[in-house]
Amino acid sequence: MFLSDYISEIFNATKSLLKGMRRTGYYFTHHKQIITQQYPDVKQILPERFRGEVVMTHDEKNEHACTGCTACELACPNGTIKIITKFDILPDGKKKKAIDTFIYHLELCTMCNLCIEACPTDAIKMAQNFEHSVYDRSQLTKTLNKPGSKIKEGIE
Amino acid sequence: MLSLESITNSIHAWLNNTFNPTLALLLEFVIVGTCAIGLFTVLGLVLVLMERKVSAYMQIRLGPNRVGYGGSMQTLADTLKLAVKEGLTPDGADKFLFNLAPFIVIIISMLILAPIPFAKGFQIWDMNIGVLYVSAVSSVSVIGILMAGWASNNKYSLLGAMRSGAQIVSYELSAGLSILSIIVLTGSLKISDIIASQENGWWIFKGHIPAVIAFVIFIIAVTAETNRAPFDLAEAESELTAGFHTEYSGMKFALFFLAEYVNIFIACSLGAILFLGGWMPLHIGNWSGFNHIMDFIPSSIWFISKVFFLIFVIMWFRWTFPRLRVDQLLNLEWKYLLPISMFNLLLMTLVAIMGWHF
Repeated sequence: MFLSDYISEIFNATKSLLKGMRRTGYYFTHHKQIITQQYPDVKQILPERFRGEVVMTHDEKNEHACTGCTACELACPNGTIKIITKFDILPDGKKKKAIDTFIYHLELCTMCNLCIEACPTDAIKMAQNFEHSVYDRSQLTKTLNKPGSKIKEGIE
Repeated sequence: MLSLESITNSIHAWLNNTFNPTLALLLEFVIVGTCAIGLFTVLGLVLVLMERKVSAYMQIRLGPNRVGYGGSMQTLADTLKLAVKEGLTPDGADKFLFNLAPFIVIIISMLILAPIPFAKGFQIWDMNIGVLYVSAVSSVSVIGILMAGWASNNKYSLLGAMRSGAQIVSYELSAGLSILSIIVLTGSLKISDIIASQENGWWIFKGHIPAVIAFVIFIIAVTAETNRAPFDLAEAESELTAGFHTEYSGMKFALFFLAEYVNIFIACSLGAILFLGGWMPLHIGNWSGFNHIMDFIPSSIWFISKVFFLIFVIMWFRWTFPRLRVDQLLNLEWKYLLPISMFNLLLMTLVAIMGWHF
């Protein structure tokens, strides 16, 4: 009995080792399965919900949808967003609150998406850019509204 | 036809005609030494690149692909880096032994190169105990490893060296027995005789199942002897950082690394000589037409391709199997490989006596 156990043990061990070698041999001969991403040469298509940084959407007339309500600033858990508001004088003489600068501290942001969810007018969204390395920390503090941009008509 | 044999013969004749015999011999020493060092360098570069590429493809990766065409200059760049690196000697180390150990290991690898025939008639020294010489000298390399482990004054190095000692001493047995089972068939330890006996077919085909078993055991044993995964307990990264060469850096580390790859080459060339006919082309019995076509391929190409096939198989092992534990390692040798190879030797002797081989 001992001898047959011994031989079957050797047989099974050889079989399982050959099974493993067959798998690696398959990978060696089938290069299409390679999963290495050629990152800087070939950029991967990121999923739609990937959260890289907060941006403010501007249309072709350089208009955004931000009313300066500071809901995002209040929603942010670590003080990433700072909104400086001003008052525009409308043609009929009334004053209207609008944003002067939308300051975004990328170095503090944890990409939690709470500001985007808090925004009542969908003015800001998450972009897919993830290459944020810069030579100086101050370059990470960004102004999101483009110079000379103004709020869209009809958004209150 | 231009062959390596005719080149060496003409160089030999020219040296003997130009200088007196003693000077000619000394010059031949210098030429052979230079060739050996050149071969070592080329082997180191080629085998490390091959290892990295093979491992990459087996793990569904790409491997080095930036330096040179398809990463072909990668190992050259690595060697350059190692050459300019500082070779540190630890404070508590035994300085003399520490610095001697890598040279011992590399010199032993060079010594085993002597009886390897790279092509027909292209051999440094065809001694009458060639196979015995290779197996005897190759087990001396454990002294270099123990020296490195002890002199480093580091617990990991010492553990790695001790493991390596236990492993090489144990696996030497089954490697020796599987070599013996081919020696039983050839009746000679001289390497040129062993190759000549395979003119009408390689021993792995002519020797039936016992030769195949001996071949498998030989490959397993040399994998263990060269300290490669799945038997790389001596350097087991996850347990011992790098084993006996933990404390080495720069060129001294490079020498250990080079010796490892040259040892693989030598072990595989011994396997090719014993089982796959060395530089002998593939001949099948009496098919004279087929044999004649095979003769057109130069003998050096036959030898190198056989050796590289075996090296590929050993790399295949390394990137497929998980590492064994120390007790499993010794169990495999003493409970499985040694009894099987002893029984196999008995079977092979029977085959040889009854003349059942072709």
